[in-house]
Amino acid sequence: MTSITPVELKARHSKIAKKNVWLSRSLILPALVFGIVLTQIPFLVTIYFSMLRWNLLMPGQIGFAWFKNYETVFTSGDLIPSLAATVGITTAAVLLSLACGLIFALLLDRKFRGQALARTLVITPFLIMPAAASLIWKYSMFDTGIGVINWAVTSLGFQPIAWSTDYPMATVIIVLTWQFTPFMMLILLAGLQSQSKEVLEAASVDGAGPIRTFQWMTLPHLRQYIEISVLLGTIMLLQVFDPVAIMTKGTGGTKTLAYLLYERAFIGLDVGQAAAYGVVTVVLTLIVATIALKTLFKVFMAGGNR
Amino acid sequence: MLLNKKLVAAGAVAAASALILSGVSVSTANAAGTVTLNLATVNNGQMKDMETLKGVFEKENPGIKVNFQVMEEGDLRSAVTADVANAAGQYDIVTIGAYEVPQWGANGWLTNLSPSLNADKKYDVKDILPPIRTALSVKGKQYAVPFYGESSILMYNKQIMDKAGIKIPNHPTWQQIYDIAKKVNTADHSGICMRGKPGWGDLFAPLTTVVQTFGGNWYDMKWNAGVNSPAFTKAVTFYKDLLDTAGEKDPVSYSFNECLTALKNAKTAMWVDASVAASMLEANDSPVKGKMGYAHAPVVKTKESGWLWSWNLAVPANTQHKDAAIKFIKWATSKDYHKLVGTKLGWTLVPPGARTSTYSIPQYKKAAAAFAPITLEVMSAVNPAHPGVAPQPWVGIQYVAIPEFQDVGNQVAQLVADALAGRKSIKDALDAGQKIAQAAGDAHK
Repeated sequence: MTSITPVELKARHSKIAKKNVWLSRSLILPALVFGIVLTQIPFLVTIYFSMLRWNLLMPGQIGFAWFKNYETVFTSGDLIPSLAATVGITTAAVLLSLACGLIFALLLDRKFRGQALARTLVITPFLIMPAAASLIWKYSMFDTGIGVINWAVTSLGFQPIAWSTDYPMATVIIVLTWQFTPFMMLILLAGLQSQSKEVLEAASVDGAGPIRTFQWMTLPHLRQYIEISVLLGTIMLLQVFDPVAIMTKGTGGTKTLAYLLYERAFIGLDVGQAAAYGVVTVVLTLIVATIALKTLFKVFMAGGNR
Repeated sequence: MLLNKKLVAAGAVAAASALILSGVSVSTANAAGTVTLNLATVNNGQMKDMETLKGVFEKENPGIKVNFQVMEEGDLRSAVTADVANAAGQYDIVTIGAYEVPQWGANGWLTNLSPSLNADKKYDVKDILPPIRTALSVKGKQYAVPFYGESSILMYNKQIMDKAGIKIPNHPTWQQIYDIAKKVNTADHSGICMRGKPGWGDLFAPLTTVVQTFGGNWYDMKWNAGVNSPAFTKAVTFYKDLLDTAGEKDPVSYSFNECLTALKNAKTAMWVDASVAASMLEANDSPVKGKMGYAHAPVVKTKESGWLWSWNLAVPANTQHKDAAIKFIKWATSKDYHKLVGTKLGWTLVPPGARTSTYSIPQYKKAAAAFAPITLEVMSAVNPAHPGVAPQPWVGIQYVAIPEFQDVGNQVAQLVADALAGRKSIKDALDAGQKIAQAAGDAHK
């Protein structure tokens, strides 16, 4: 019988560890391959398409165009207004739904009869399909003849408001805010409910009023929840399409990147140009996402003293 | 996390574009030998009636089921074009407009129906209105059958006019209509309703007819664009002025269906739009049944200003169920179908403007007395080869029959909508539109 030296033991351990690593890697491999096939190959195909002169309506003129489509993307003057529309709509809708979400979360955090029912009702808008939500708003709320809002406005003796015509930006933002408030509320409510009751009690014993407690105790506690809801909300809202397609048709500075892409692909029927827009959108999204995530991580790091 | 986000973002866009570009093909035959036909159609009343009655066809033809996919006009157009152009084969029967049929037929995307139609004595293809049959054929080959045809007419609420003591002539001018609209416009109902929803098939259908009767047009004989010409500008200025003074309050939200609802509920006094709307205004469930008046579309410099349009059923060239699909479209456009609609749903709902014989069915003549004669009258009076003041190098009234037009029309419509809302001057909008239109016109020089 020979005893095992510590060096041998270490070697044996690392062998087992290596084996384990390869086992776990091979278990992940199919998913990884699947992921790459599903995401990267279509992307490469899109890049290839973006260099073709290919309009579906002109089947006789398909050919290789090199960077002609990209030239069109940058010179047609559609890209910058569309970026502005996307950023504007996303920012406004995220901030507004965050504010509304915070108010609802604070209200729902109290104990009252029918709390569960109220919570379910408040969440409902988020569960409705975006296209259906836009249609509901178009006809039941904004319509100049039968809409609830214009009924209220005219009952008060004012002129009806032509939402889609005169205030297209506000129209889209209102619908999105209505839809995303519950999402923000859910995250913030979770944050509120995780707040230690003792801290709040101590604050009230020390004589802090509700406003000061909220400002100095609750808000700092909610900070990371606010950050994550802003991040997730922004990612989802960047792809906004439905209210634009259903209500404003891209007029009045509401032509978001998603709607512009749809127009090039399905109305222009220009596969090459649409693919070029797609590639440019991906590159821009990657740049924005990288910067945004980095800043956000910094915020997380710096927030150590909260 | 960062890498993940990148992958997700890139993947989502790439996957979405791949879906868009390749199209999704759906297999439709199931094991029991039943053929399911996928039919893409537009959400107009007549099409919905067809869906209600499809059971009759399915009963007569066991083994064939018809699955309706009803969409809004704009969505239908993009979905069907992408599907047919890619030969994706999602639809066995498509509903397409008079604008698409000759272009798609020439591209070889549609089944040539002539052999089947000519062979069928009972179908009686010569009964289809001649101008429409011409519009749906390329070099003697017919690529679609009309489900219904239409022109545009002026429809008005007689009660409102009587109350104001106004009598509308059978051939009004736009100036007369402007004055009347202004006079009958109240807080409760607008004087007139006109399409304002951006889109070449929405806003620009009526607006192009207005442009043409004002003496303007999209292109001249040499394919030079005329979007910022004085006549085009004058017409758009008139349209905006009319809407501002006496039109519906929220034009960007309004197209065919919205204006129809407004007129039905007496929320507007007049409407210039598709003549097919008359049959819906006179339907049994319509609150304004029997209270409507009809006249020719208003004019300025031309004799007529109505458009010519038909919604047609066609069979894409690559469908797997060609025979069953042809059987269905022949059934849906047959004389018997018209009688079926009449007896089952009401005679006013019979699809108009497709068959000459329909206008001699006694029950239809009686039920549609208010609008059938004027429909036939206008449809035979318009000239799709030369609708405006100057000659044009294409056949078609409210559209330009070139593939680029839906894109051009759509972009210019968005610019005009911005002008209607007052965010842009009409001059700026049309100057920008001129550039877009000229780029497309240059390709046809």
